[in-house]
Amino acid sequence: MTDATQASTIGGPLTFKKTLYLCLLLLIVLAGILLVAALVGSQRLPIAGTLCSLIGRADCGLSSEQHAILFDLRLPRILLAGAVGICLAAAGAGYQALLRNPLAEPYLLGVSNGAAVGTMVALVFFGTHEWSRPVMAFGGALAATFVVYRLARGRAGATPERLILAGVIVTTFLSSAIVFITTLLDATRIRSFTFWLLGDLSGTTTNLLLITFVAAAFGVVVIGLNARSLNLMMLGERDAFDLGVEVGRVRITVFVAASLLVGASVASSGSVGYVGLVVPHLVRLSFGSDNRIVIVASAIAGAAFVILADTVARTVIAPRELPVGAITALIGAPLFVYLLKRR
Amino acid sequence: MLEANEITVRYGLRRAVAGVSLSLKPGEVTAIIGPNGAGKSTMLRALNGGLRPHSGNISLDGQPLGSYSRRAIARRVAVVAQEADLRFPVTVFEFVLGGRYAWSGTAAWGWETQRDFEIARQVLRETRLEELANRLMNELSGGERQRAVLARALATEAAVLLLDEPTANLDLAHQAAILALVRKRCDHQHTAALVITHDVNLAAEFADHVLLMKNGATVAFGGPHEVLTPELLKEVFAVSVLVDAHPISGVPRVTPIHEASV
Repeated sequence: MTDATQASTIGGPLTFKKTLYLCLLLLIVLAGILLVAALVGSQRLPIAGTLCSLIGRADCGLSSEQHAILFDLRLPRILLAGAVGICLAAAGAGYQALLRNPLAEPYLLGVSNGAAVGTMVALVFFGTHEWSRPVMAFGGALAATFVVYRLARGRAGATPERLILAGVIVTTFLSSAIVFITTLLDATRIRSFTFWLLGDLSGTTTNLLLITFVAAAFGVVVIGLNARSLNLMMLGERDAFDLGVEVGRVRITVFVAASLLVGASVASSGSVGYVGLVVPHLVRLSFGSDNRIVIVASAIAGAAFVILADTVARTVIAPRELPVGAITALIGAPLFVYLLKRR
Repeated sequence: MLEANEITVRYGLRRAVAGVSLSLKPGEVTAIIGPNGAGKSTMLRALNGGLRPHSGNISLDGQPLGSYSRRAIARRVAVVAQEADLRFPVTVFEFVLGGRYAWSGTAAWGWETQRDFEIARQVLRETRLEELANRLMNELSGGERQRAVLARALATEAAVLLLDEPTANLDLAHQAAILALVRKRCDHQHTAALVITHDVNLAAEFADHVLLMKNGATVAFGGPHEVLTPELLKEVFAVSVLVDAHPISGVPRVTPIHEASV
């Protein structure tokens, strides 16, 4: 953890200006990754033409087929990956501060599965209403968050191990609910469902993309506004109360915002795991533990991370595709083991 | 400035504090002593607004405590409790800046001002932690960490300090150092302090008043000479003690007499 110390203290304490610079830097990196993701795939696109089209100019020398690949296939997928990354990484950072546990993560806590159950119920019963998916996913995420939180709080407070166990219980319980709902579906839809459950970014609509982005922006702003309170709460709720934090209000606000983020991302792309673990961890390692930078930087870096993971997922065994969740888990699970052992 | 009048606090049916009155005045250190379960910590949490008394009232600067917002209380009353949870790496400086939370302009968002940084640096000097400012909290020794917790409370600029066993788990030198800092703050800045401690002799040395509690009730209240008597201490702790004068300071010195040593 010495890396984190140095990074957070170089040039004195964190200020607004410094946070702004670091976020701008991350945004530039994100733009670069977005461009690369737009170029590579089953068909490679020319750099100059792509860049020219992306900044909105007409007549960039792309063939109509290339134009269609870029704007109808790749860009919606990249934007969705970005939105999902924002949602999951910011939610992860929020849960971690709130539960005082660097291992807390939407997927591991069972919150993603809660949202998945909500989404599936919406698909089975209200299939025709597009809005029902995100709304039910949000409801499912909120319910799962509440249950995990209550299960994890023992008489001596929530220990990290207890929290993870509570997450396992909720996850497995909801998994069987998912299996149960799956049996209600016809055989042709089952395969696409299994794919979706592991994180599938291919099936989006403009509306769903819009909903995910609005939820992402709203959730990040709400959690970000509570960042200074979270700084104190992650060092103990009683101390935070003593120092003037309205602990109950902050807890509810952040739980609801984080559930909204998870719900939006699961409704549009299934459960992509470990993003909320990997990204905030790397951000803390680079910039320190102050949530005023951790939340926002996680959101930006989360977008970059999922876009990158999805680019790998759709190119590594092209023309076939892997679910993006398989790639993020491949990176996230070893990191989780490392974090657990180091404690 | 902080006054409790006949307060009773219940946990369910159990009365943890029963009709205790206490008045904290500027420049004075008050110690609460008593056996485990006497209601000392409950008393402290009630004085901070963390627990609502079922009867009696608490006033802060003449106004009922309940009429203040959470942040307004935090600007006036600071608490030094047992060690913080340090699962996330934070530097000593960041930790101490936490004490400035209640002064930030907007509700939750907000950045520290230059004045906040100055105050943090000043309390770090006061607690002799300047050189450790950029170290991580979980790298510090127990004594250093407890000084950082005290520094954070001092950074709030609160006129009332409530300390819940600030010297537990510290060695002899560090115990005295913490209480000397509190004493100095009271003498020079007219802070009012309340210290819960198990160390009767520390209470005798540093406190102006001692509140002796048992089973949630007041057994005695007064100066160390009045309260730290063999009779009262035997009644409360059920152990015979010898009380004589400290050879240097002259304050009461309490020595337990165990049967084995007689």
